[in-house]
Amino acid sequence: MIKIDEIQKRLLREVADLHSVPEGAYNIRANSGMAGRNTTANIDIISKEDVSGIDIKIKPGTKNESVHIPVVLSKSGLKEMVYNDFYIGEDSDVVIVAGCGIDNCGSQDSEHDGIHRFYVGKHAKVKYIEKHYGSGNGKGKRILNPGTEVYMEEGSSMEMEMVQIKGVDSTIRTTTAELDAGASLVVRERLMTHGDQYAESIYEVKLNGEGASADVVSRSVAKDNSYQKFDSKITGNAPCNGHTECDAIIMGDAKILAVPQLEANDLDAALIHEAAIGKIAGEQIMKLMTLGLTEEEAEEQIISGFLK
Amino acid sequence: MLELKNISYDVSDELGQKEIIRNLSLTIDENKFVVITGPNGGGKSTLAKLIAGIMQPTSGQILFNGEDITNKSITERANMGISFAFQQPVRFKGIQVLDLIRIAAKKNLSAADACKYLSEVGLCAKDYINREVNASLSGGELKRIEIATVLARGTQLSIFDEPEAGIDLWSFQNLIQVFERMQAKNQDGSILIISHQERILNIADEIVVIADGEIVNHGPKDEILPTLLGTSSAVNVCNKFPQGGVQQ
Repeated sequence: MIKIDEIQKRLLREVADLHSVPEGAYNIRANSGMAGRNTTANIDIISKEDVSGIDIKIKPGTKNESVHIPVVLSKSGLKEMVYNDFYIGEDSDVVIVAGCGIDNCGSQDSEHDGIHRFYVGKHAKVKYIEKHYGSGNGKGKRILNPGTEVYMEEGSSMEMEMVQIKGVDSTIRTTTAELDAGASLVVRERLMTHGDQYAESIYEVKLNGEGASADVVSRSVAKDNSYQKFDSKITGNAPCNGHTECDAIIMGDAKILAVPQLEANDLDAALIHEAAIGKIAGEQIMKLMTLGLTEEEAEEQIISGFLK
Repeated sequence: MLELKNISYDVSDELGQKEIIRNLSLTIDENKFVVITGPNGGGKSTLAKLIAGIMQPTSGQILFNGEDITNKSITERANMGISFAFQQPVRFKGIQVLDLIRIAAKKNLSAADACKYLSEVGLCAKDYINREVNASLSGGELKRIEIATVLARGTQLSIFDEPEAGIDLWSFQNLIQVFERMQAKNQDGSILIISHQERILNIADEIVVIADGEIVNHGPKDEILPTLLGTSSAVNVCNKFPQGGVQQ
């Protein structure tokens, strides 16, 4: 039985595309308590005893199953620190949907800090989707500081989709990954900040085994007075391939700092970084206006395409 | 349908003021295929941009179906029925060909319906419909997509600024047919093309020759074209593509 209110339902739709109870394994956390949980024959979810959080254990060989672990906060002034550990068995192929939505109508800050650790077994395949969303008109800030640690064994692969489009006042996202031989990590980050929001996104990926590869790409839009920092470092400690890219649109009085870094400690480490920051080109707006859109609609269309 | 009355467009730079368009008047009637030609730097593209609202005239008046549109925005003119295909199409990261055609058509076209416009300009629709309109497309592909967006709009006046620029010989021959079909379908509409190409001039109802910001000649194709042959205002396609279809 899931016990959540209307605001929490709306947040769940935003962060996890959940319109009803998800299929498969899930754990829904609402206002620091458990609102619902389901386990399957292959996926177990166990509450931690020493700290707040859960262990998600996926049996080796589990195929085509999903785990949803959304978090929603609808009470002002709530601060929590959660540790979630994922043990993904060898040869499994799973989708994990996480995400946090905060609605803060009050005057006190609401904050959810989560540490996710992924232990990805040999030849396992994981798709991880994480969405962050904030709403509410209160003066209290909506703060999210996610930390993600990824440990990938030989031949495993992980695709991470990280999205934060609206409403989060302050976020520092730190993601670290260590890859063994033949492991592959793909990260697609999309970020939009507005108002006085602050967002830092830090990646540190170590390619430790032969044939390991990483592709970390961020697309972001900074509006109004917001600030963004993208700091991505790939270290090649073996013959490997690494690519990191930051592509940002700057608007209004926003500020963006892009710091791509590469470190090669092996002759056969092939590493590339790209970073581009620029405003929306006037001719893009003009072209869409010749198709009948207003200037504002054209801008919206360009941004939503860019962040798609 | 379209009436330009005493249009002038001046620019100022360190050398002083320069007149790009000088007191130009022109009327384009319904159901006409009009090609504007003339030497480079004569003001042809500027004139097209003044009609679409991308540039504002320094003086003069523009009427569309009798209504003064001189001070109307690009958007307003677009929604009144004026389309404009850019000489150098714009690229968009993330926006797909399908998105662009849907925006142009102003409705949520099915992929199959959107594909018709791509097929019309000679693109294998299923290969392109989900492509992003970004740097991965060649100049010629972009140009054809640009023309497809104008077809999808189906407006009363369609303006093409050098549609052949950046297009290979094979596409160029198809392009002529695209314009012919377009004109046949849109009985109330008119097409205005900026071009030097003899083949395009040859399918025109009327030709307007512009030099130094003024109209130096305007009349039916049969009258004007013979005076242009052999000049830079009517370039033969084989001069343009002397080496196996690669544009020089």
